[in-house]
Amino acid sequence: MNVIEFNKLTKYYGKAKGCENIDFNVKEGEIFGFIGPNGAGKSTTIRCMLSLIYPTSGSVSIFGKDAIKYGPEVRENIGYLPSEIFYYDKMKVKDLLNYSASFYKKDCSARIKELAEIMELDLTRKIEDLSLGNKKKVGIVQGLLHSPKLIILDEPTSGLDPLMQQKFFNLIRKENKNGATVLFSSHILSEVQQLCNRVAIIKDGEILSIQDIKSIKHDNYKRFTFRGKSLDNGKFDIDGVSQLKEREDKVTFLYKGDVNKIVKIISSLKLTDITIEEPTLEEIFMHYYE
Amino acid sequence: MNIYKFEVSRLRKSILIWTLSVPGFLIFYMAFFPAISGSADAFNAMMESMDPKFLAAFGIIPELPIGEIMGYFNLTMGLILIPLAIQASNYGFHILSVEERELTADFLFTKPISRRKIIISKFFAALTSLLIVDIVLTILSIVALTAFKGDEVVEFRNVIILLLSVPLFQLTFMSIGMVISVSIKKVASVLSFSMALGFGMYVVNSFGSVLSSGLFSYITPYSHFDSAYVLINGHWNWGLIWISLTVMVCSFVATYFLYLKRNIASL
Repeated sequence: MNVIEFNKLTKYYGKAKGCENIDFNVKEGEIFGFIGPNGAGKSTTIRCMLSLIYPTSGSVSIFGKDAIKYGPEVRENIGYLPSEIFYYDKMKVKDLLNYSASFYKKDCSARIKELAEIMELDLTRKIEDLSLGNKKKVGIVQGLLHSPKLIILDEPTSGLDPLMQQKFFNLIRKENKNGATVLFSSHILSEVQQLCNRVAIIKDGEILSIQDIKSIKHDNYKRFTFRGKSLDNGKFDIDGVSQLKEREDKVTFLYKGDVNKIVKIISSLKLTDITIEEPTLEEIFMHYYE
Repeated sequence: MNIYKFEVSRLRKSILIWTLSVPGFLIFYMAFFPAISGSADAFNAMMESMDPKFLAAFGIIPELPIGEIMGYFNLTMGLILIPLAIQASNYGFHILSVEERELTADFLFTKPISRRKIIISKFFAALTSLLIVDIVLTILSIVALTAFKGDEVVEFRNVIILLLSVPLFQLTFMSIGMVISVSIKKVASVLSFSMALGFGMYVVNSFGSVLSSGLFSYITPYSHFDSAYVLINGHWNWGLIWISLTVMVCSFVATYFLYLKRNIASL
């Protein structure tokens, strides 16, 4: 069964394109990644799903119902974590969460406690005194306290330290195991890889492709940078290397394949510095469409 | 109901400040009356020596000399209407736009409620706040008139009829504030908007009085709800008040539909 069905969803802000012809489905029980650079249209798409904004044309249905027409009913079972967290500053965390819970037709108090414990969130503090990361935690608890069937995460990890990030991912995995479908928007490929089954890649408001996460993992590109002496000798011009730039003191390239080959090459070199990074999304995109 | 309760509690401080200051101002002002009435003849003589047009700008007219309690109350009410208009405009500009300005819309609008419910709850929360101030004002007006009238006669019937019009006067300003706030992209500063509306309309009214021009009196709610007219005639000025009421109803209807269709801006 499809939990989310996009049907040629298009949103223009005046003449500026927000997103165009978004057309894919998310199945029940999936953790679906939604990746693209900043300003690609991820948030626009998500905001249409929540009827924060109205599509110019096309539609999106959630749980088989039109997300605009049956907005309140559909949102009963959606948990949303926005990328930027803003709450009523003067409130205490506890009061905000209770206010949030008051919108749902069930008792969420036990769940609030449980989630706050997992995320190590102090319920008695005022929201205006919280750090960015702690605000994010409030957002997480707020988004999950009613045990939603669909969880929409819009760049959820900014501000969380790696430890909390892992806790958060575990929480999402657990929710997912209990039957929740997850739409996870991000511009960080590695976190999407960690969590998702499938991903949609969006750029300039349009879906470029929908990929199984395994195939992306398979295309595991790394960006290598070496510094040292007399490096411009063409040693790195092997299979799997692309965008090779060689200088006397520095060489950079993208590589996909057996890393041992690279290790072998560098063992014979005199290096002063090594950097191995995840390529940026832009670079990944280039690879898909080279 | 939860949004309504939440909104009223958010306005708590504002309600407290307005209920203390506006009726407090009225008491303070009225407390000077015994001193003025003591030298009423001299006072009235001084007023007569001034240009009636100048006096009209402050809402002082010959039929209600300020040496008498009703005239003095008229003058007071004329001034009290300014903060009341500013309060109402303030709520009008604030109550819907605040969610977008403070970026809390993403919280509220993603809850399982319709926008209809949000707008109605917020409207009633603002209305409640206005009514609290109005009720306190009404009670204290009667108290002040009774306390300071000396041996003069107060037509309480007219006073009550006048005070009953205050909520409508405020709702007119609130509705204008609301419709403007949903027509523009962002209300950057609620205070300057509401001061501009509240004061601006007063200035228009003063102009109208100085120029004795009927044209101005059509534009501004201050003239539609002119306190002197009610205190003299004992009924509302229906010839003008319908303009305010029409504007109010149209503004509320427009606000409702614009808000339902509005795209909620994010960061």
